[in-house]
Amino acid sequence: MNALIEMQDIVREYVIGGDRMRALNGVSMDIFHGEFVAIMGPSGSGKSTTMNLIGCLDKATSGTYQLDGHDVSRLSDDELAEFRNVKIGFVFQNFNLLPRATALENVELPLLYAGISRKERRQRAEHALERVGLGNRMANRPNELSGGQQQRVSIARAVVNGPALILADEPTGALDSHTTDEILQLFEELNAQGNTIVIVTHEPDVGRRAKRVIRFKDGQIEADDGRRSAGRPVMSMSGPGDGVARGEEQDRCP
Amino acid sequence: MPIGDTIRVALRSIAANKLRSVLTMLGIIIGVASVIALSAVGQAATIGVTNQIEALGTNLLTINSSSAQVGGVRFGPGSQPTLLYTDVQQIAANDPDVAAVSALVQSNGQVVYGPNNNSATVQGTSADYAQIKNLSLAQGRYFSTPETVQGANVVVLGSAIAQTLFAGTTVNPIGATIEVKQMPFTVIGVLAAQNSTGFQNPNDYIEIPATTAMNLFTGSPYVNSILVSAKSPAVMNQAEQEITSTLRFLHHLGPTQASDFQIFNQATTLTALSSITQLLTEVLSGVAAISLLVGGIGIMNIMLVSVTERTREIGIRKAIGAKRGVIMAQFLVESLALSLAGAFIGLVIGAGGSALAGFLTHVGNLVSITAVLLSVGFSSVVGIVFGVYPARKAANLNTIDALRYE
Ligand SMILES: Nc1ncnc2c1ncn2[C@@H]1O[C@H](COP(=O)(O)OP(=O)(O)O)[C@@H](O)[C@H]1O
Ligand SMILES: [Mg+2]
Repeated sequence: MNALIEMQDIVREYVIGGDRMRALNGVSMDIFHGEFVAIMGPSGSGKSTTMNLIGCLDKATSGTYQLDGHDVSRLSDDELAEFRNVKIGFVFQNFNLLPRATALENVELPLLYAGISRKERRQRAEHALERVGLGNRMANRPNELSGGQQQRVSIARAVVNGPALILADEPTGALDSHTTDEILQLFEELNAQGNTIVIVTHEPDVGRRAKRVIRFKDGQIEADDGRRSAGRPVMSMSGPGDGVARGEEQDRCP
Repeated sequence: MPIGDTIRVALRSIAANKLRSVLTMLGIIIGVASVIALSAVGQAATIGVTNQIEALGTNLLTINSSSAQVGGVRFGPGSQPTLLYTDVQQIAANDPDVAAVSALVQSNGQVVYGPNNNSATVQGTSADYAQIKNLSLAQGRYFSTPETVQGANVVVLGSAIAQTLFAGTTVNPIGATIEVKQMPFTVIGVLAAQNSTGFQNPNDYIEIPATTAMNLFTGSPYVNSILVSAKSPAVMNQAEQEITSTLRFLHHLGPTQASDFQIFNQATTLTALSSITQLLTEVLSGVAAISLLVGGIGIMNIMLVSVTERTREIGIRKAIGAKRGVIMAQFLVESLALSLAGAFIGLVIGAGGSALAGFLTHVGNLVSITAVLLSVGFSSVVGIVFGVYPARKAANLNTIDALRYE
């Protein structure tokens, strides 16, 4: 069976004030259907950049990325939007719910853009909210919900369109430890039901729960305990041999 | 995404910011209301002026003595009488496009019947006068041409004068003898009440044959003016030319001499007036159109603010799968809805106001469908045109940056 995510030598450069800066410097990884992957690493190590690339919100400077067998770099903006709508569910640290819409309306949103009828939207959104334990909070707006409840709404929104992949970038970063536990339990349940989950986190506890941990450092994968990983050798520092990479190394080791 | 859902999303975000939405619409509201109201005002002015001029008579040409020049001092029109009663007869006899001619000799005097008396404007006219001025009689008849020629002592009373003179009596005015400036006259008719068209009340007039007026009261061969009704609106200019050459011949004017009379042509005046009121309407509509344009700029301004404010929302929508076109449509529909709602409110205010004004002034309904369609059409164009830039801006936002926007 093919990997759901296949990343090969991914480089993502940002140009800041004329200087080129590598947020990702040769990242390769394969993630398969049904996996529960935790991405860890210090701040600024490139975790969010990686998540944005996986989530088709951003495109790599070089390297190849295939999601579910499709070469993402070849897709147009509109095709990417459709891809995100159908294949990916996002859970953000700051929830990113529409403030003026009710929980139900927020969860309906991906279905709206999928062109699904009003009646079916409602049914599926209600079902998703019941799944995350918010069957009694559907008519509430985000500001009428606790942080944990808001994150549940956004998880319901992430799963409602039956995506192949759920991406969560520090989903518990804004929650207390008790709520964090509940949310992580929810992710475990979703994974047990067959959802593929990639989660960025700082909590060592989360890492322990996940079946596989990928550690980032300085824009590269420092460690990956996934046995099935087809990534490059752990600790490998060899990036694609272009001038910029060498320049960076010179900067570090003058 | 179905258009119904797009519209619902747009309307919700308008409803979420009611006060701001209304303020945004204000420009369009004022623009549409003023286009409709101003065109109604223009229409009312045209109708009013036309009615007044047409009330003066049918295909009317009025001839007055021209301003006389005596030793370099120019006097006003009619200051020096030049029109003779014989001119009236000559015009009637010679000019083929003239349907009816009447002299007009005016004086003032007291009319008395029994104990009642009143001051009246005494008009000496020809038999054709009633036809020229569309006068209708409540009782009796107007005097005939033989009576005019003979200078009979007959009088037709204005409705108000008749009422005053015969107040408190049961006498039938027709056949009664009254005194006009101490001369006995037989009443042969009473005019129907007329609308007052100017500063004078025509119901206070009495009409007697022009020759009688000249013989008994003015003692002069001159008349104040000559009223002519042309055969049709189409021949008014021809009639004017015929009269001009007849009068110049009768007044022995050489080719280099200026005419000693002036002809006031109702048709020319109407055309001039209607072109003035039309220009007025166009200028007013132009001003209103500019205010619609300003309203459109107001919408664009608010939509730009709204796009910035809702950057995060746009980011969320795009991350979740909204394509560029969908975001674009949402904001376009929003600005279109704002301008159409504004147009509708403006329409209600403008049309309601004009209808009320039309009702109160008895001019009737003046709301022009053209103005309504034009202004509503124009504001929807404005809504789309000025919505495109903000909508494009929203659709082109970078998703990741938008998601991070605080
Ligand atoms: N839009 C951007 N423009 C410039 N630099 C960026 C941008 N996004 C991230 N970076 C840089 O890339 C590096 C990795 O960032 P990020 O992936 O957000 O790290 P993490 O999520 O692991 O904390 C950081 O040095 C960050 O400053
Ligand atoms: Mg991050």
